[in-house]
Amino acid sequence: MSETELKHISEDYQWGFADEVEPEVKLKGLTPEVVRAISEIKGEPDWLLEFRLKALETYFEKPWPRWGPDLAELERQMDDFYYYVKPPARENARSWDEVPEEIRRTYEKLGIPEAEQKVLAGVGAQYDSEMVYHSIKEELEKQGVIFKSIEDGVREHEDLFREYFAKVVPPTDNKFAALNSALFSGGSFVYVPPGVEVEVPLQAYFRVNTEGFGQFERTLIIVDEGAKVHYIEGCTAPIYTTEALHTGVIEIIVRKGAESRYTTIQNWPINMYNLVTQRALVEEGGYHMWLDGNLGSKVTMKYPSSVLRGPGARSEILSIAFAGDGQHLDTGAKLIFAAPETSGSIVSKSISKGEGRSSYRGLVKVLSRADRARVNVECDALLVNENSKTDTYPYMEIANETASVGHEATVSRLADDQIFYLTTRGIPEDEAAALIVRGFIEPVAKELPLEFAVELNRLIELEMEGSVG
Amino acid sequence: MTKMLEIRDLWINVDGRPILKGVNLTIPRGEVHALMGPNGAGKSTLGKVIAGDPSYQVVKGEVLLDGENILGLEPDERARKGLFLAFQYPVEVPGVTIANFLRLALQARFGREVPLTEFYAKLQRAVEVLEWDEAYLTRYLNEGFSGGEKKRNEILQLMVLEPAYAILDETDSGLDIDALKIVAGGVNAMRGPDFGALVITHYQRLLGYIVPDVVHVMMDGRIVKTGGRELALELEERGYDWLGEEVGAQEAT
Ligand SMILES: Nc1ncnc2c1ncn2[C@@H]1O[C@H](COP(=O)(O)OP(=O)(O)OP(=O)(O)O)[C@@H](O)[C@H]1O
Ligand SMILES: [Mg+2]
Repeated sequence: MSETELKHISEDYQWGFADEVEPEVKLKGLTPEVVRAISEIKGEPDWLLEFRLKALETYFEKPWPRWGPDLAELERQMDDFYYYVKPPARENARSWDEVPEEIRRTYEKLGIPEAEQKVLAGVGAQYDSEMVYHSIKEELEKQGVIFKSIEDGVREHEDLFREYFAKVVPPTDNKFAALNSALFSGGSFVYVPPGVEVEVPLQAYFRVNTEGFGQFERTLIIVDEGAKVHYIEGCTAPIYTTEALHTGVIEIIVRKGAESRYTTIQNWPINMYNLVTQRALVEEGGYHMWLDGNLGSKVTMKYPSSVLRGPGARSEILSIAFAGDGQHLDTGAKLIFAAPETSGSIVSKSISKGEGRSSYRGLVKVLSRADRARVNVECDALLVNENSKTDTYPYMEIANETASVGHEATVSRLADDQIFYLTTRGIPEDEAAALIVRGFIEPVAKELPLEFAVELNRLIELEMEGSVG
Repeated sequence: MTKMLEIRDLWINVDGRPILKGVNLTIPRGEVHALMGPNGAGKSTLGKVIAGDPSYQVVKGEVLLDGENILGLEPDERARKGLFLAFQYPVEVPGVTIANFLRLALQARFGREVPLTEFYAKLQRAVEVLEWDEAYLTRYLNEGFSGGEKKRNEILQLMVLEPAYAILDETDSGLDIDALKIVAGGVNAMRGPDFGALVITHYQRLLGYIVPDVVHVMMDGRIVKTGGRELALELEERGYDWLGEEVGAQEAT
């Protein structure tokens, strides 16, 4: 990226500031030594170190994906990243007062402590490689709800952790899942006991501060029978001239009759490679929603997936992707129907602006035992400018004749006649464009908690400034 | 000086082809003028050019709003100066509710926060006059609306935004007889010394409900005749051919 390009982008990106924070530990390079060092710093049991080392081998064995976005530049830089950066802060402070001031101020600017007071049941805040804050409302803790850093999950609930960890997304799943399995640090461990309903969301916030850094958080959520939870993830970073990497793995187990939601508002700066694997396993009568909002990053490859393993299991995957200049967002969804009477739907809305490119890549797989499975896929693309790009790769593998499958895809352009109509009512052109975009994503955005919907609207307004005319 | 919307010698091209060929028209506030004329005469073009549609090239002429030439202004700036166009073909904007959109438009129009109570009062009054169901306000702008519903929605916007000048482009087409009366009632409710309108229509029926002060006839991009209310009746009986001949005869001499 050139300096002028960078300047232009920084003006639009509000969270591009960096803190002057000297890390305690910085580990560079992709080697077994680095993996051992991470495991040792965390004081992990042997089985987990073995798991990490084996995952690193898997990473090296697996070829780079040759489909989707161009990763050549990333591939060349893999030896140069810092793979572990420990901030000068104690882990998992339970009070913001215990978080070093410089770091705390960043979260204050992001409005996290305030949101925690008002609308959240718990907050986890990750800074580079470690969770510097993790706290949950006392009454939930009393009901047996666990909401901790992934490290504390291993330390304090090893049996439960080990039973589910890497079962939904094994390291062999894909190259980046293997990379995360070798290097993971930070992320949350969540357990909701049977019948407990967590009515307001838990939120994790991921902040990158160090230049040339790779963040590898790992989250494991277990929603036990009849329980309910909503987990929200947000992320930002400073803008640097060099590339950065974020490779998370999220595993969710939705037990019988349980209900869960996982919401992401990704707003990385556009030097970020965001390669994330997230998958939910849904048991009998359970329900899971992925709500995925991707605005930032240079490249995003992310296909939230749900495996409907028990009869009557349901899932919805709703996503929004907004690709501007220099961005390629390759996002989509996967639904696997593995039991009778399962049902699911995918709604994907993508917006491409300027030279931005968004791709929908989806897989719907109905296994032969999934009698009367029902699925509906809708993917809509909106192109803002002449040179904006979109493409669609909808794969379907249907092995059961009783399954009902619907699919609809549309591509539209931000229409001059819509802009004219709205402007004749006194609404300025930029605002009219933003209004049309907001209307376009409304079917998905209306599922967001109010504060996030407002934030998303604000981001879209910012993005649409000067985009037309 | 009386306040008026004045069109002076307006020449308009589309892709180099002349569509309007020297239109002159003056609508003082307090008056309602009707504009009639055969298909393709340029009536909608005139409306859209006044509102600021960027797809038309102004070759020559002026559009003066209360004395100020607005041709260099963006459509939203013109709207904020008090201009309104009810579209012949209203546009669908999915995902944007009428209520949300109108609140934004109203705030833009007056350049200030409009309190919810004030907004709802205006909305409620318009809905009542138009005998509409409030449920429409939470529907997406024109999406899936019938032809008549779209037209009623245009007048709803007119009533809430309260412009100084309105151009109504075939607002009557697509309305059933009862709806026509109701919608005309909405327009009549706007009438007063501070409001001027140009009502484009093919049918004299509408003019029975919205009685115009002046009737203009446009043919081939020009105003060829201006008269009183009776001109509309004459047109209904005789069509436009005779006018064409009359104009041709005038031009020949
Ligand atoms: N955007 C455009 N592109 C190409 N041609 C246009 C455009 N707008 C108008 N025209 C042409 O200009 C002429 C006048 O069109 P206009 O819509 O103004 O007619 P009108 O008087 O409103 O007709 P009607 O009574 O059928 O609504 C027509 O020949 C039309 O095809
Ligand atoms: Mg017309």
